[in-house]
Amino acid sequence: MGIQATIPEDMEVVYSYPAALTERSTHYCPGCTHGIVHRLIAEVIDELGIQGQTIGVAPVGCAVLAYDYFDVDFVEAAHGRAPAMATGIKRVSPDKIVFTYQGDGDLAAIGTAEIIQAANRGELITTIFINNAIYGMTGGQMAPTTLPGMVTTSSPDGRDCHIAGYPVQMSEILAVTSGAVYITREIVADIPSINKTKNAIKRAFMAQIAGLGFACVEVLSTCPTNWNMDPWKAMAWAKENMTKTFPLGTFKMTDAVKALKA
Amino acid sequence: MVKELLKGNVAFAEAALRYGLQAYFGYPITPQSEALEHLSERMIDEGRVFLQAESEVAAINMVYGAACAGVRVMASTSGPGFSLMAEGFSYIAGSEVPVVIVNMMRGGPGLGNIQPSQSDYFFMTKSAGHGDFHPIVLAPANVQELIDMMGLAFDLAEKYRTLVFVAGDGALGQMMESAELPPMQPVRTERPDWAVTGNAGRKSRVITSLYLDPEQLEKLNLHLQRKLALIKANEVRWQEYQTDDADLLLIAYGTVGRICLSVMREARQAGLKVGLLRPQTLWPFAEARIAELAGRVRGILVAEMSAGQMLEDVERAAQGKVPIRFHGRMGGIMPMVDEILADVWKLAEEVRVKS
Repeated sequence: MGIQATIPEDMEVVYSYPAALTERSTHYCPGCTHGIVHRLIAEVIDELGIQGQTIGVAPVGCAVLAYDYFDVDFVEAAHGRAPAMATGIKRVSPDKIVFTYQGDGDLAAIGTAEIIQAANRGELITTIFINNAIYGMTGGQMAPTTLPGMVTTSSPDGRDCHIAGYPVQMSEILAVTSGAVYITREIVADIPSINKTKNAIKRAFMAQIAGLGFACVEVLSTCPTNWNMDPWKAMAWAKENMTKTFPLGTFKMTDAVKALKA
Repeated sequence: MVKELLKGNVAFAEAALRYGLQAYFGYPITPQSEALEHLSERMIDEGRVFLQAESEVAAINMVYGAACAGVRVMASTSGPGFSLMAEGFSYIAGSEVPVVIVNMMRGGPGLGNIQPSQSDYFFMTKSAGHGDFHPIVLAPANVQELIDMMGLAFDLAEKYRTLVFVAGDGALGQMMESAELPPMQPVRTERPDWAVTGNAGRKSRVITSLYLDPEQLEKLNLHLQRKLALIKANEVRWQEYQTDDADLLLIAYGTVGRICLSVMREARQAGLKVGLLRPQTLWPFAEARIAELAGRVRGILVAEMSAGQMLEDVERAAQGKVPIRFHGRMGGIMPMVDEILADVWKLAEEVRVKS
């Protein structure tokens, strides 16, 4: 709001922080897509008018401090347990809007059981899943979603799937659970895909508000620091390579979710 | 109210519900599954939250979430499930939310067996997870005390915003005896002023155990230690039986405490002046009282269903003032009155106490 105070009377604010976002500078690396997705979620919270009822669950990983950047109530979960914690909150606070924000190590490795079971129960929570194919915070180790042949600090010769197994396709897995109503994989690599991702996030929150079931938006993201690329190259690399292993698209959308006007 | 014939596991579950339990999350494990079964029906009937989780890991994190939302919440389990919950215990301690966990101890290590044991004493009192913290640990010795301690457990958890364990064993969970349940108490409707409830009309709240700045984390730890010191000063509980004139002191808790009451009576009948101290809280521990008694009696016999875990706390409290001997059974075996009595006589002989 400090910014607005300096604006001359004959001008109007056309772009500012969403109310659901704090004005704190993030700790994210240059070119990281966490900032984009944080903003999209905050815009959706504003547009749906749910800031006062929303409770976020932060992960362990680069977004561990997400609660510093969202101006909503937040809890910090143990690694991978955000869906279980969100379940506890939502079950005792059915009138609140509860979302988890999780990375690929958190959701697709250590927390696989919790996310699949929460989805299968049709838990009325919304999950935003950031997939950048690497463990960022711990220094660039192989993630469950690391692409075949991709070099990381714990797969220095490139991921050998015969040794390390294959990239885990979580959206495809979650889509076959009976309790999931909306599962989609998006990317935030350019303006159209960012707009599309925002629309998906909005639909996922609306599915919860309408009491329809579990919704998850997977967002293919970049990690310039640990990919050893500049931000532009990282964006291009994500579009070119990640989408081959993780095809974009909606894997499940019930008719009731389809009918929502996001 | 009237006494009813109640099974331990059903009794603590129903007691918790009547003390205003708002949410229960659990996973079946012998020897406490009757609690989960009982609450699966009763909680739903009462319009409260019951959920059978996919694992104890998930259950404790659901408990953690519900506690952050400010409701009266618990889980119950036994040995292997209790180990799985340790991750959550540490987070709950670090973020200071009130939680009650019942652990009906069974034989270990590993899968062990499903018979009664007290071998989780170290785990519960000294190292329930990574980091510096102690939960409050209550140790009931019969079904009535188990019922009563559920109310105390919630009160203490909420008073100190801390983790409280109710430490029973397979025998206490499975036994049926006559006991009186509390009357149904109203469920709390308001949420505490630290809970996450949405920021409408106020500033946002964050509940976390993450403090990246070492000075901040040390500050939190100092705060936790001050709280623990307060608990130590105010919440030590124990019961004494015929300690006034005792030459020999038995120390035992829970089911073994109950067995030792019979040991004491038989020894008294044979003319030995034996007393019993039965800790009702394992943490905080009755160390000051034991130190006092250690200065008065000629010998102490500690009995446990373990290799000697509480024994270390007794030794620490007694500060070498008096010989301390130990009688322990493991593997899910309950010590018999006669075998403990034999050790009482051995101790009497050793310290030259005559009948």
